[in-house]
Amino acid sequence: MIYFGELKEKKGIVNIIKDRCKGCSFCVEYCPRDVLEMSEEFNVKGYHPPRVINPDNCCYCQLCEAICPEFAIFVTLREEEEREREKEISRP
Amino acid sequence: MKPEDRVEGRHPMEEFLRMDRMPHIWCSGCGIGIVVTSFIEALQKSGLDPNKVCVCSGIGCTGRVAGYVKLDSFHTTHGRPVPFATGLKLANPELKVVVFSGDGDIVGIGGNHFIHAARRNMDIVVICVNNFNYAMTGGQVAATTPIGANLSTAPYGNFEYPFNLPYLAEACGATYVARWTCLHIRRVTKSIQEALQKRGFSFIEVITPCVTLYARRNRLGDGLNLLRYYYENSEIRHGADTRTLDIGYQGKIIVGKFVDIEKPTFLDCMNNHLRKVLGDKYQPWGVKS
Amino acid sequence: MNVRKKSADPKGVLTGVHYLDGDYAIAEGALAAGCRFFAGYPITPSTETAERFAERIPMVGGVFIQMEDEIASVAALIGASWAGLKAMTVTSGPGFSLMMENIGLACMMEVPIVIADVQRGGPSTGLPTLTGQGDMQQVKWGSHGDYEIIALSPDSPQECFDLTIKAFNLSEMFRVPVFIMTDECVGHMHEKVVIPPAEEIEIVERKWYEGPKDKYLPYKPDVDLVPFMVKAGDGYRFHTTGLTHDERGYPVINAECQDWCVRHLCDKIRLNADKIIEYKEDETDNAEIVVVSYGITSRVAWKAIQDARKAGIKVGSLRLITIWPFPDKRIEELAGKIKAFVVPEINLGQIKREVERAAKGKVPVYPVSHCGGWVHNPDNILKVIKEAAK
Repeated sequence: MIYFGELKEKKGIVNIIKDRCKGCSFCVEYCPRDVLEMSEEFNVKGYHPPRVINPDNCCYCQLCEAICPEFAIFVTLREEEEREREKEISRP
Repeated sequence: MKPEDRVEGRHPMEEFLRMDRMPHIWCSGCGIGIVVTSFIEALQKSGLDPNKVCVCSGIGCTGRVAGYVKLDSFHTTHGRPVPFATGLKLANPELKVVVFSGDGDIVGIGGNHFIHAARRNMDIVVICVNNFNYAMTGGQVAATTPIGANLSTAPYGNFEYPFNLPYLAEACGATYVARWTCLHIRRVTKSIQEALQKRGFSFIEVITPCVTLYARRNRLGDGLNLLRYYYENSEIRHGADTRTLDIGYQGKIIVGKFVDIEKPTFLDCMNNHLRKVLGDKYQPWGVKS
Repeated sequence: MNVRKKSADPKGVLTGVHYLDGDYAIAEGALAAGCRFFAGYPITPSTETAERFAERIPMVGGVFIQMEDEIASVAALIGASWAGLKAMTVTSGPGFSLMMENIGLACMMEVPIVIADVQRGGPSTGLPTLTGQGDMQQVKWGSHGDYEIIALSPDSPQECFDLTIKAFNLSEMFRVPVFIMTDECVGHMHEKVVIPPAEEIEIVERKWYEGPKDKYLPYKPDVDLVPFMVKAGDGYRFHTTGLTHDERGYPVINAECQDWCVRHLCDKIRLNADKIIEYKEDETDNAEIVVVSYGITSRVAWKAIQDARKAGIKVGSLRLITIWPFPDKRIEELAGKIKAFVVPEINLGQIKREVERAAKGKVPVYPVSHCGGWVHNPDNILKVIKEAAK
């Protein structure tokens, strides 16, 4: 096992501004953790925006944000406490 | 932008974009938006005062960039953003002037201006988005179109030799020359950041897909197909001899940073020379006392 | 009118009595007016202005740059003007043709710049070293679309100096390109030029916007129809374009905005024409014939006018200093009182058309045309005056 010291894996929340999307699917293709997929729904412009399918996989790399030509997707950092709380909730 | 400053519902680049003009005119699958994203990211990282950064664009798809970035931005005439930027920079040397335009604009109609600004080592950044054709007018053959590509004014395929832009820029005296495809997002960002922080004529060519015209006419698929082509066929070769960087039709694309040298700029040369010749009579220009 | 007047910056003013040619006088006028940016390309017979400016500017503080062509020169001027400097260039016919593209941009972006055209014989390369006045309509109509500019025509090196200052003042006042339409003869003519002390030279500065940064609208017309201006780099983060635009400077591609935008560009000059137009009259009150002339031709015509007066003909002189906007009103007034106009000029009737248009057919207009290469023989003008007086 590799020791990373105090470094902790970051977690992100993907924000999609659906109506700005033009459905090029670059974000879906290049997300390294397969967080996204193209949805079946239509936005106001008639394109299919992406949707989040694996939210916990997001590692806050921001590649989707960087590759989006429409400024339609961005990532916010998931706070530590929030994650802890989620864990508690999910505990059986 | 710091992670804690990011808020849900507000894209972190909105501060640098004219959101009242969105959506932009670029097609689905076009790469110009990616280059704009890289530019804004680079601008944020560079630590420059955005109030002192100007963007000049010419005409064409990429020419519309000036209309979308929330900086002092100038949408000029076809091929003339480089001399326009020259005037802006010389009149107020405090400004960081970025020319953001397409291949047809910068090296097609504006080729003469481009080579002279490089020769003078004018302290500007030139970002040339190369999509291999004149897209705004409907996909005509350009000075960068690879041999064999089919375009509306080359209906039987292009038979003209295209420009090798990094070679052209280096030969004319540019102090920073890089080429990337828009898939190399982080590297484009880094290059733009380096160029913004550098003094001298910096040239960055970014190859982007033109889905609606170039790709459709040549049956190359959509934006994703072209990004895959970039992924499979681009090779990073920093410091490569710029003479070897020709791009063939759907051929290998050599990318990287080819030139990064230091050289006095036009204003340095002007001030140094005139001070030497004229002595105290000379009134230096753009030099903080 | 909401304009700021002040006296000239003494750094650029070479006060004293000089013996200068017209081209040099233009350079001195520009420096006196506060011009600190010159981008140009050499072309006979205008080059001396660039040479003089290049020689003088290092000691005044500013930039001279020799660009790769005239297209680039005007592009650089517009950039420099947005950065807050007064900027000018000079050229002659062939270069003037190249400039038309960005002259249109300067009109559309409403940028103050000054361009001197030292005219030579045309078309094309024509007569590089010999005089002409063939660009008088080109200056008004050379770029595409509807727009308005201001053009002045000096007849001596002294006027080259004076009118260059006036050109800068008008361009700053109206945010419009202003042209000094001189010619090879005046450009290369050496005469006495008196440069007054700096405090006696009146300089007009453009109206700088000083309101809240997020409220700035680059194309919102003020009461005088001229919008306020800001400098690039001052944090207004404005946008400007050559496309049809709204008050924000954003492109709007439809007929309504086109109507607003283009009418604004034209009205700004047309409705302020009375404040711009300047001419000199001599004995027009009782005249039967009025000779309308400008530039070098007015000096030749003066001899013919005096000869005609000696011969007993009542001749008045109307010397145009402002060519564009054209003094329609004055021409029409005179047309109601006289027998005929005589218009000598070194082209085949470019301003004669305007006189005819403004006279509305009330009286005949006699051209005295000349294709260029030399000035008129005063006798030829006299002959036409006599014919018109019959």
